[in-house]
Amino acid sequence: MIEVRGVTIRYGRTVAVDDVDLTLPADTIYGLLGRNGSGKTSLLSALACYRKPTTGTVLVDGEEAFENPRIARRTSFIRDTLDVQDGYRVSAAFCLTESLRPGWDAEYAGKLADVLQLDTRKRISALSRGQRSVLGVILGLATRAPLTILDEPYLGMDAVARTLFYRELLADYLAHPRTIILSTHLIEEVAELFERIIIMDRGRILLHDETDALRGRGVTVTGPAERVTAFAHGHTVLGEQSLAGVRALTLDGPLDPDEIARGERDGLAFGPLGLQDLFVHLTSQPLEATR
Amino acid sequence: MFDDRSPIYLQIADGIKNDVLSGALKEDDQVMSTNQYAAFYRINPATAAKGFAQLVDEGVLYKRRGIGMFVSPDAPAKLRAERRQRFFTDVVEPMLDEAKRVGIGVDEITSYLGSRP
Repeated sequence: MIEVRGVTIRYGRTVAVDDVDLTLPADTIYGLLGRNGSGKTSLLSALACYRKPTTGTVLVDGEEAFENPRIARRTSFIRDTLDVQDGYRVSAAFCLTESLRPGWDAEYAGKLADVLQLDTRKRISALSRGQRSVLGVILGLATRAPLTILDEPYLGMDAVARTLFYRELLADYLAHPRTIILSTHLIEEVAELFERIIIMDRGRILLHDETDALRGRGVTVTGPAERVTAFAHGHTVLGEQSLAGVRALTLDGPLDPDEIARGERDGLAFGPLGLQDLFVHLTSQPLEATR
Repeated sequence: MFDDRSPIYLQIADGIKNDVLSGALKEDDQVMSTNQYAAFYRINPATAAKGFAQLVDEGVLYKRRGIGMFVSPDAPAKLRAERRQRFFTDVVEPMLDEAKRVGIGVDEITSYLGSRP
């Protein structure tokens, strides 16, 4: 279990993470979503013991995480810099990781390299952006760390490679359950893997919930302007559109089925909102509206 | 397979109920384990487990400890009774509403139904 208590991370005058509290039970796949600059990487760096929070603490299994070698050994943090020297061959990067990581599965790493078509004889400096990402993914998965953190690991990977990666991630999680935190912008293609979703916005946690609870949470209501407005009374409005007497509102639901039935009898039309749209609505609010 | 516009655990439960109603799953048939189901449909196992838990709660499936989950003997009859009850409100009423909107009378509907082979 990871407990984030009152964590703030500042860079000079910039507040990247703003007084965040978060409790993350173990052996769960988390999706961390947020716009660019929302503080995802800073928060993940603190979870991975890479960065000491300006204030607050991160506890992993009850122990302070920062500069704690016992926890660092059990944590794998994959970010775009890769933390491996460019002159190395891929195979050498595997060997190096094996020497540092007790959980490393060399056979599995080789299988992943085959599936994801990464030539292990290549030097890291010669890899394309997508191939570097594939290497990161292999290092992240084959380490089998109890806490595996993947910060936008798919950069430059094509749709086929990403699909294969998601498939391997799920299969290996089923065989070896562990805590996996994956930050991403590509919500729709990976949401089915997440048990829980955390949305960050401007350094804060906007939402932390079961992924399934967010499906169908947003609802659009369309109809004659007056009736739509009356219906929306008492609900949080996430977005609105009006045209010639017709109004469409996006509400933060979910709505009661009886309420929907009443609305339909009143001539209103209802539609569900996908996860991507819900995310966009929740994180595109002006500053005043969310604070 | 699943859409993200309603909770997946409900979509899983509905899918299995449809299989029971159609006879694809029979009384006392074993259903997939949650891990098999998660691997097959590529979804998080906790989501799959919630779908199965819902079906156990509703009495559609029953558990045998250490073996797995099975279709309850009375599930097909129970599901059919439920669906029959909802048929008129869920299927016929919306059809009549639409018929009214476009000016089709009940006599026209009955004569259409009577003329079908």
